[in-house]
Amino acid sequence: MNTVALILAGGQGTRLGILTEDIAKPAVPFGGKYRIIDFTLSNCVNSGIYTVGVLTQYRPHVLINHIGIGRPWDLDRKDGGLTILPPFLGRKESDWYSGTANAVYQNIRYVDQYNPRYVLVLSGDHIYSMDYNELLDYHISKRAQGTVACMEVPINEASRFGIMVTDADGRIVEFQEKPKEPKSNLASLGIYVFNWPFLRDVLIEDEEDPKSTHDFGRDIITKLVSENDVKLYAFRFDGYWKDVGTLESYWESNLELTHPLPPLNLYDPNWRFYTHSEEMQPAYIGSKASVVDSLVSEGAEIYGTVENAVLFQGVFVEEGAVVRNSIIMTHARIERGAQIEDTIVCERAVIGEDVKIGIGEDAPSKLDPKVYTGRITVVGFDTVVPAGVSIGKNAVIGNGVRPENFASLTVEPGGFVL
Amino acid sequence: MRVLGIILAGGMGGGIWPLTSKRASAAVPVFGKYRAVDFTLSNMVNSGITKVGILTQYNPRSLMDHLGSGKDWDLDRRRGGLFVLQPYLSSGSDKMGYRGTADAIFQNMTLLRRGDEDYVLIGSGDHIYNMNYSEMMKQHLASGADVTFVVKELDNSYNLSDYGIVEINEDGRIVGFEEKPKDPQTDLASLGIYFMNKHLLMDLLYATVPHGGYDLLLDVLLPNIRRFFFRAYRFGGYWRNVKKGILEYYRTNMSVLDSRVRRELFRSKNKIYTKLKDLPPPKVGATGSVQNSIVADGCIVNGIVRNSILFRSVTVRAGAVIEDSIIFEGSSVEEGAHVICSIVDKDSVVRASKIVRGSREHPLAFEKSSVL
Repeated sequence: MNTVALILAGGQGTRLGILTEDIAKPAVPFGGKYRIIDFTLSNCVNSGIYTVGVLTQYRPHVLINHIGIGRPWDLDRKDGGLTILPPFLGRKESDWYSGTANAVYQNIRYVDQYNPRYVLVLSGDHIYSMDYNELLDYHISKRAQGTVACMEVPINEASRFGIMVTDADGRIVEFQEKPKEPKSNLASLGIYVFNWPFLRDVLIEDEEDPKSTHDFGRDIITKLVSENDVKLYAFRFDGYWKDVGTLESYWESNLELTHPLPPLNLYDPNWRFYTHSEEMQPAYIGSKASVVDSLVSEGAEIYGTVENAVLFQGVFVEEGAVVRNSIIMTHARIERGAQIEDTIVCERAVIGEDVKIGIGEDAPSKLDPKVYTGRITVVGFDTVVPAGVSIGKNAVIGNGVRPENFASLTVEPGGFVL
Repeated sequence: MRVLGIILAGGMGGGIWPLTSKRASAAVPVFGKYRAVDFTLSNMVNSGITKVGILTQYNPRSLMDHLGSGKDWDLDRRRGGLFVLQPYLSSGSDKMGYRGTADAIFQNMTLLRRGDEDYVLIGSGDHIYNMNYSEMMKQHLASGADVTFVVKELDNSYNLSDYGIVEINEDGRIVGFEEKPKDPQTDLASLGIYFMNKHLLMDLLYATVPHGGYDLLLDVLLPNIRRFFFRAYRFGGYWRNVKKGILEYYRTNMSVLDSRVRRELFRSKNKIYTKLKDLPPPKVGATGSVQNSIVADGCIVNGIVRNSILFRSVTVRAGAVIEDSIIFEGSSVEEGAHVICSIVDKDSVVRASKIVRGSREHPLAFEKSSVL
């Protein structure tokens, strides 16, 4: 057992608003049939890494149900395989994971039992396709103690990331966490490889430091960069990587998949993305339907008009309904005459007859302008929007909202019903 | 009630050549992602049968690949599970192969002898239907029948002379049976699904097969029609046998474009399972147009598709037109090609601007890996 992968999947994803109210960010549906964590899990097995620990914390039920024993990823194995690592109470130890570094620290025993040479620390929040062998080979060839996967980002966006400054050899000489004035455009992707005995000592030291917040980027990497005898390298990755951290980027990266040659190739036979999905018949597109620039998943039945949309499994679009620039999740139903634009409709939601969503002018959100930054309207899980309602842009209809929760037939732009 | 399931899947399916040139008829693809055998196999699993033997013979590679360990039907089990029963050579006999359906089961007597099942359900790998057998089993017990035959009244869309026609009395007892009669007396056909006591089957096989009776229906069951109580159980749902001919195969597939058929087969709580292939959702591009069609995962459609069934990973390029056709997995229809009323088997290519035209009464069928 050379390499053990640890996937940090406790993320709350607060800026995804009601999408992550009841489920962890790694369990948020993506791309018609996947959930976000599928990409990291598939990267692991496609890279030949079959010992994977998934660290959960925030609202793990949907996530744990989805992952199960790892069967869709061939991770139901006799040796290694998939292990879910929830926070636990010890005799003396604390309980909840207080930070990403602390989460790994609390699972030192799990990693120790495999006695690996390398540990990959990954995040379950990202959509990307990466062969970890290239990262590992780079790490080994540099005789590094730790290597951080990085990507060049546009310099005006650099202040959103952890920025690495390297020397000519690729060795990291400075780390800036979300800097106002970035010295480089090489952003950390939150993907790390460490020599395990080395990381183990670092984690124990960090745990004893009362000033540390026990975060991988902020504390561990900062500290290691400042130590002269530690060889920490930056691995330059130039493939597809996205942290779908905001509603805007979530919506964009989904719809990007409908373009002719999207940067994330779901159709590569040598790099498949695996998922746990319900067994359903192939999609049916009806005689009067019109579907362009869209993904239509299994079990879907389309009788209306669909343009530039990602439709998940079992979605039903009735005759006369129009769906544009939208994401419609599993088992949602769009009834006759409804018109939906720039909207995310969550699982099992029902959009009643002649409902109009995403119409009119944009307006700042009255619920939370930091999360709901404009244009996109979100309809929550299991919500029923009654017939005839019209909903403006940038509105929020919460999870599990019933028809009687609607005070009037109009929800203004930026408005909400919870 | 412990029941052993047996699926007869050795058939050659000469009637639907060339779709069976490289596969058994039970492995013939249907409805965009399934194989014929999925239906009987899922029906058994949905009826609580967890031990299933599948008798294969002709061209089994594709079928075995499809079945694997039985995982996709939850049949990869410690107790019971899936048994693929291939013909074999042994010291006792000089002939390789099964000489008939009864001989096939007889040669695998160990499977029957070893288990603690009381009953056996025999089905065929070629039939397309969604049926929970529980009610039929219950009636079998309540009626005291020796063997239950599942029967169905066939309307005029079936050619009655292709089926076994039964005659029953008011108690539901089968009093007459004619195999493929020229002049059928009733419209009640036996669907080739039998439910009976396992030990009765074993006794009948021991008494018949060593004396040259190799066919389950003609040699083992029918000669005992007066001695035993053969009861008919009527099934009223959708049922088709894809092996009967290319036209029947074509029409069966096309029938899934009817929402009633889809609802019955796929939207019931008895799901039809098939081998999982992780493919992304199908994509319809900016120049694509799809109407009244089934589009399976992994397809990329930039051309026009009407009244058709696209299996997984079919590519339809801009300007291509597919009408009233069935395109199997991994095939591609290039720019400007027209495919009309045709069945194109797996991994084929219809080259740019090529026109392939059958008719609804005489659909064309092209072999696997064809280049047209």
